[in-house]
Amino acid sequence: MFPARFQYHRAGSVKEALGMLQQFGDDAKLLSGGHSLLPMMKLRLAQPAHLVDIGGINDLVGIREEGGKIVIGGATIHDQVAGSAVIRSKLGLLAECAAAIGDIQVRNRGTIGGSLAHSDPAADYPAAIQALEGEIRLESGSGARTVKANDFFVDLMTTAIKPGEILTSVSFTPHTARTGYTYLKHRQPASGFAVVGVAALVTLDTKGNCERVRVGITGLGPKAFRATAVESALTGKKPEAATIGQAAAHAADGIDALADIHASAEFRAELARVYTRRALQQAISTIKV
Amino acid sequence: MAAAVVPKFVGTRVKRREDPRLISGNGTYVDDVKLPGMLSMVILRSPYGHAKINSINVEAARKIPGVVAVVTGEDLKGKLGSLTTAAPAEHIPYHPPLAQGRVRFVGEAVVAAIATDPYKAQDALDAVEIDYDPLPVISDPEKALEDGAPIIHEEFKTNISTRAQVASGDIDGAMRSADRVIKFRLVNQRLAPVPMEPRGAVAQWNQGSGQLTLWSSTQGPHLLRSYLAEILKLPENRMRVIAPEVGGGFGAKLNVYAEEVLAGYLAMTLKHPIKWVERRRENLATNTHGRDQIVYVEAPVKNDGTLLGLKAKFICDAGAYLQLLTPLIPGFSGMMMTGCYKVPAMAFEQLVVFTNKMAPDAYRGAGRPEACYIAERTMDMVALELNLDPAEVRRKNFIPKEAFPAQIPSGLVYDSGDYAAALDKALKIIDYPKLRAEQAEARKQGRYIGIGLCSYVEICGIGPSAMLPPTMKGGGWESATIRMEPDCKVTVLTGVSPHGQGQETSFAQMIADEFGIGIDDVTVLHGDTAIVQYGTGTFGSRGTSVGGAALMMATQKLQAKMKKIASTMMETPPDQIVFHQGTMALASDLSKSIPMQKVVDAAYGYKVPIPGVEPGLNESAFYEPTACTFPFGTHACVVEVDPDTGVVKFLRYVAVDDCGRVINPLLVEGQVHGGIAQGIAQALYEEVIYDENGQLLTATLMDYAVPKAEMLPHYELDSTVTPSPVNPLGIKGVGEAGTIGSTPCVVNAVHDALKPFGIKNLDMPLKPERIWRAIKSARKA
Repeated sequence: MFPARFQYHRAGSVKEALGMLQQFGDDAKLLSGGHSLLPMMKLRLAQPAHLVDIGGINDLVGIREEGGKIVIGGATIHDQVAGSAVIRSKLGLLAECAAAIGDIQVRNRGTIGGSLAHSDPAADYPAAIQALEGEIRLESGSGARTVKANDFFVDLMTTAIKPGEILTSVSFTPHTARTGYTYLKHRQPASGFAVVGVAALVTLDTKGNCERVRVGITGLGPKAFRATAVESALTGKKPEAATIGQAAAHAADGIDALADIHASAEFRAELARVYTRRALQQAISTIKV
Repeated sequence: MAAAVVPKFVGTRVKRREDPRLISGNGTYVDDVKLPGMLSMVILRSPYGHAKINSINVEAARKIPGVVAVVTGEDLKGKLGSLTTAAPAEHIPYHPPLAQGRVRFVGEAVVAAIATDPYKAQDALDAVEIDYDPLPVISDPEKALEDGAPIIHEEFKTNISTRAQVASGDIDGAMRSADRVIKFRLVNQRLAPVPMEPRGAVAQWNQGSGQLTLWSSTQGPHLLRSYLAEILKLPENRMRVIAPEVGGGFGAKLNVYAEEVLAGYLAMTLKHPIKWVERRRENLATNTHGRDQIVYVEAPVKNDGTLLGLKAKFICDAGAYLQLLTPLIPGFSGMMMTGCYKVPAMAFEQLVVFTNKMAPDAYRGAGRPEACYIAERTMDMVALELNLDPAEVRRKNFIPKEAFPAQIPSGLVYDSGDYAAALDKALKIIDYPKLRAEQAEARKQGRYIGIGLCSYVEICGIGPSAMLPPTMKGGGWESATIRMEPDCKVTVLTGVSPHGQGQETSFAQMIADEFGIGIDDVTVLHGDTAIVQYGTGTFGSRGTSVGGAALMMATQKLQAKMKKIASTMMETPPDQIVFHQGTMALASDLSKSIPMQKVVDAAYGYKVPIPGVEPGLNESAFYEPTACTFPFGTHACVVEVDPDTGVVKFLRYVAVDDCGRVINPLLVEGQVHGGIAQGIAQALYEEVIYDENGQLLTATLMDYAVPKAEMLPHYELDSTVTPSPVNPLGIKGVGEAGTIGSTPCVVNAVHDALKPFGIKNLDMPLKPERIWRAIKSARKA
């Protein structure tokens, strides 16, 4: 567990960090919570010559409400998201998902920006970010841009972040009335990561039909995705058990499922269907019409 | 004012005296040892399961600033002895500390780099160039036996390291007279012991005195000294081994390892202290593993469930090299496989087979979990096949309590037991009849609830020296020294080497009661060969039953001497004097006493010579047990299986354990809790996986599933108390019982839950996918 030699730089502001990225180019890696990068460095699988620590930048930490949106700084730790009164009351799905990440030590170091930028196919957050249609803000020396969740996750551990960009925040639209949600996962027994994790968010109309259905799934494929076939199969319908089951049966449609020692592709796909069904049922059961 | 009354400590829940220093960060582990001029050692390991080493180029590595030495197997040829096994085997391979010419498992040490810090040492290893030719790999012990299988040690012309055949009674007759012979295959998968503290070693050579000191995270400092002295060719009296705080061992730290040899040798040759601290990946790949036995079982039975015999064929994975006790462990599995049951005939055959993997060795239970798994899966198989109640099948076959001491077919003699009492108690606690009714009701609703039982018996207090291989250093005995210091405080030196078991507490409880003093007046020292007399160490649940007995022997000697001194002062025969509340008093009238301090002053001051008594108060004893002890109990659990996902959820877990007399219930419960956790881990979660190329797929704790608290049930503990007649304390031992009783209990429960599907025999670990697949194919059928 002895990383190769590197230089450590602590950035005081986003601007300073961007300058360092520009200066060191490909030799630099951003350090936030360090929960993904440092293990790789200890194994010398990653050997960046420069580490730019953005964890101490005040602007990147915290939760604020802005123009009807909830904005979470990229270096905000999971525990803060899980425990935030604002998130719990207005964006409960994200709080529930954050609380399901790793263990208390992980939640006290790991950050939302780090998790999304790393984009581990089994990470929890991406399922909720997909279901919540979060918007990811990326800043670089030449300005800022916003990427929708669905465009952000590109492939296995690959995101829309370009060299020289920093993920500075993620923003969300708060839950509306008659909305129920949950995040359910089948935990990998060793790591606690999701073998399959399903974030479900359902809004009913005044007649009790499904007005809006959002399902984000992590762990199944190379990247977290929106299960649009499930969503459309349920939208406009009465949320009866049989209908939910039929919709959930599409959870793994078109996905090239991952396989490892913990679950085969076939089992992962089945878990996705079962957990989607249960997540939808549970989400709907909490809605007060 | 009356003196404060000193309470009795034995039998009470005294908190571990070790914990405050450990929890507050004041313990000294190997990695905390820092010496002037100390260098770091890091090891480069084989990435191949099996390969020929064509060449190793270390030139570039040696030139890196800060690098002091880069050493290969070739450099050490002829300078060091082979790493050893203590157990006899037909074929014992040469096992150099660094590979020579060939590597035979992933993780085998190939190059050692020594530098001023571990980062530079790792830089050096990154610069080493090795040319390997990969060779065919054997990772499945059954495939190792096939004709034409690649041979791992060519000089033996076979992959069989050793074999055993044991038979007792008329097994063929039992097969013929049986109504049915139930046959099945069981697999005890490979496990990693995973102590919280990985291993580590610091070696210091004193050039002036010619003495080597080695700090090592070991379970047996004296055994380690004896083996290292042989390998390093150094006299034992010029070698000191210190086991500082040791953060768990579970059997894996009993072995003598390459890194201990390398650190010692390099400290002597480089004349600098050397530190090596294991990384978790190394811990998982290169600490001795546990279990890895495949067993083909045949159980001849009568239709009423009576077991007429038990026959088993074992294929035991030995890994690439034999470690300290590798060939010994399967023997315990065979000898104990008849469990709590009166079985007229028994036969087993064992093949211990080389593979391209790390060697299995002692791991919590060391052979008995496998034995118990055979016995207890057999009981449930019999119940299932004959449609009988598993509790009744057990009761029918139990060795009755009147039969003790009871000799079993393998020749072992069980000391004492009342198996039905433990079973009855467990059944009562879970309310068995009600539970069966609830289970039937749940099945109607499509819920799959299972009830699992395991009545175990195991061997502890190892043991009479004859139980251990004649080739093993040390014996089955244990040692103790007790000193009454001049200020009336007691120092105990024990030959066992506790690393979590809590003897600093339990031994102090015993001594405090013996002398009528406070527990804080007793200090227990261990784990340093320069301080403590030779001892065998801590393994096989022997610490208290053997080490404690040795301590009682030494204590009695000391007490006899003190009574002799007191008798001259009190003008009373020694046998009428007792220790009471810090005094030595007349047994018939405790008010007639003298302070113990006065006796101690007389012994140390010795201003008035006492005829027939030497000065000082220091006594030692070596206790050789006459027999092993056999703790037992019944575990019962209730699980629910989710048929859609295969996930197993615990509803209840009850353990009734009988470990004989108890010194500290808190320590016993701690051992049982941890043991059950590791046993459940085997049943449901843990498995060391090598692929067909010998690659270790469970190489980190991100993939090797040590359970977290949330993955374990709430434990409901109870006990029966059947004292052991074999040691003066009546103690049986408890270090491994939880591990042994829990695994079959959980596996039986899961199979009971799956009974409606007709699923009879799934292998551990019972992972969700394995269960889901079985249900899926059962539903198809």
